[in-house]
Amino acid sequence: MAAFSSLTDKLSNAFKHLKSKGKLTEADIDGTIREIRRALLDADVALDVVRSFTSRVRERALGEEVSQALNPAQQVVKIVNEELTEILGAGVDRPLNFAKNPPTIIMLAGLQGAGKTTLAGKLGYWLKDAGHTPLLVAADLQRPNAVTQLQVVGERANVPVYAPEKGVQSDGGEAVAAPGQLGGDPVKVARDSIQYAKDKLYDTVIIDTAGRLGVDEELMKQARDIRDAVNPNEILFVIDAMIGQDAVQTAEAFNKGVDFTGVVLSKLDGDARGGAALSVASVTGKPILFVSNGEGLKDFEVFHPDRMASRILDMGDILTLIEQA
Amino acid sequence: IRLKEKLSKSSNPFGRVLFNILAKDQLAESDWEDVEDTLLLADVGSEASEKLVDELRNDARITGTADPQEVRQSLRSKLVDLVDSQSDRALNAEKPDAKKPSVIIMVGVNGTGKTTTTGKLARLFVSEGKSVMLAAADTFRAAAADQLETWGQKVGVPVVRSASEGGDPASVAFEASKQAKEQNVDVLIIDTAGRLQNKANLMDELGKIRRVTEKNLPVDEVLLVLDAVTGQNGMAQAKVFAEAIGITGVVLSKLDGSAKGGIVISVQQELGVPVKLVGLGEGPDDLASFDADGFVDGILA
Ligand SMILES: Nc1nc2c(ncn2[C@@H]2O[C@H](COP(=O)(O)OP(=O)(O)OP(=O)(O)O)[C@@H](O)[C@H]2O)c(=O)[nH]1
Ligand SMILES: Nc1nc2c(ncn2[C@@H]2O[C@H](COP(=O)(O)OP(=O)(O)OP(=O)(O)O)[C@@H](O)[C@H]2O)c(=O)[nH]1
Ligand SMILES: [Mg+2]
Ligand SMILES: [Mg+2]
Repeated sequence: MAAFSSLTDKLSNAFKHLKSKGKLTEADIDGTIREIRRALLDADVALDVVRSFTSRVRERALGEEVSQALNPAQQVVKIVNEELTEILGAGVDRPLNFAKNPPTIIMLAGLQGAGKTTLAGKLGYWLKDAGHTPLLVAADLQRPNAVTQLQVVGERANVPVYAPEKGVQSDGGEAVAAPGQLGGDPVKVARDSIQYAKDKLYDTVIIDTAGRLGVDEELMKQARDIRDAVNPNEILFVIDAMIGQDAVQTAEAFNKGVDFTGVVLSKLDGDARGGAALSVASVTGKPILFVSNGEGLKDFEVFHPDRMASRILDMGDILTLIEQA
Repeated sequence: IRLKEKLSKSSNPFGRVLFNILAKDQLAESDWEDVEDTLLLADVGSEASEKLVDELRNDARITGTADPQEVRQSLRSKLVDLVDSQSDRALNAEKPDAKKPSVIIMVGVNGTGKTTTTGKLARLFVSEGKSVMLAAADTFRAAAADQLETWGQKVGVPVVRSASEGGDPASVAFEASKQAKEQNVDVLIIDTAGRLQNKANLMDELGKIRRVTEKNLPVDEVLLVLDAVTGQNGMAQAKVFAEAIGITGVVLSKLDGSAKGGIVISVQQELGVPVKLVGLGEGPDDLASFDADGFVDGILA
């Protein structure tokens, strides 16, 4: 899209200029760093993260590895790519934590509309495909028809759903109301689901929870109560790839609130650059485990840090560009 | 009550960064950067933020002063001007010459708050004594129609839905607009499925929904629901939705969170379409008209 001039466009001129010079001066580097900063901000990478990132890149760019390089510009881009991949990849190579004694308990948490319920279905489908016997748990009793939604998702995935409470729905459930004013107790549902899973020999339990804001202390406490009632092996924080600068505050709030163990980046099938991935990984140090990239059950994959780095900075294009230079 | 609590937490009109600046007599380079940071953190975007700060600096140069108080005032009023350039924020259905039935289509990417806003809007119109009908033209997402039906029951308005899951959303829109016309209701609100703007076939479907509705009734409002946490991708969303179906207004949802929603500044500028409403929570009454001053104070908080 023309209005979103990529880093490629911005840097191409700089590199043309640099190429004729061969060696990079400090001013050259600073100019390039400014473009990188701009590109990261346009990709929604958090400002603080941009700042520490560019200063690290600048330091390396001024060092020997660049001044000694055959093609200094190319070397700078390589450094950027490496640094990005490193932050994104911190601790990524780990599989899902399974319990020594089943059931393995996975709890989902995140902002409203982030993609938790959809993810529950995907996880269930994925686990089932891998030979597990998952159970989905409807512990969102707040959003209208969240329980119905999980039931439909479970049906599509052919995975059973534990839903003793109907939550908010017109068909015999609670009426729509502000959160916190409802009858059903999501903590009890979550707690009871574990015994149910043990009795019925399900080996993984995926608990869908209501969306909540980072600033909502009351609901954050509820999430913590759910966590403490079930002691999850994984607490997955689901975050929308389209999120902007608020990613930091939200991730910190959930990190503090429930101390999540891993991140799932959702809606990556869109055209957002997804700088939030970098922000969340960098600010919380928690690994990004999975990517959700569609509304279908199978639109789900393990996270690849290098692909994400390329996406954030439009790096594929840049590398081609530099090869051509 | 919860809402008020939430809002009062962010009532400080000028945030920490700006406050530090204001304690000085003269502005240094780093202070200008702080001003820019404040805008960036609110998702105003690098281009718009840079432009604003450049203007401020220019003004300061011309007047020969970099008096922090003046700069503060100037920043605030520049932002308000920018945000408030779109004056007419009334819903078309609320205008004295409103068509009857008035037709509103809700659109946006996945999970922004379309269905919830549909419910809240229905509640608003009902409270004004208007008759309302809802159409569940999201036949795709699991239990989307049930969710709308729950809202319909809560606010006491009928919901037209497809007999089967996975039905054709355009035929729901057609059927609903036909019924709305026959029954001469005041307002018909059509809820559509969330879709990402880079999916061409889904965007085409929106155009079709509009066209079949117009066989029965003119569509006088298309509201794009943007989530306040949305970053720079919000601009792409606005452009593509505007091309696909035409947008007459923006709803900025989830403004009760910590996100400021600064992307709507560029969206308004670019599309020439105003933010009409803001979402402030999940309850039926958590909907308010957009207030430029409050919004700007939120950004500077
Ligand atoms: N395109 C796309 N849409 C997605 C993805 N994940 C979820 N969605 C859609 O995003 C919307 C919200 O998804 P949900 O799973 O209901 O989100 P949630 O976090 O459970 O929402 P709440 O329970 O209301 O907080 C739905 O329209 C989903 O179909 C994804 O990876 N890509
Ligand atoms: N805090 C807060 N939550 C909101 C607001 N508006 C909607 N929500 C919540 O956001 C989630 C998604 O809302 P929906 O109305 O289902 O969004 P949608 O755009 O219809 O989603 P899809 O149809 O799946 O694309 C739900 O959990 C809502 O309760 C708001 O203004 N503030
Ligand atoms: Mg959900
Ligand atoms: Mg909806």
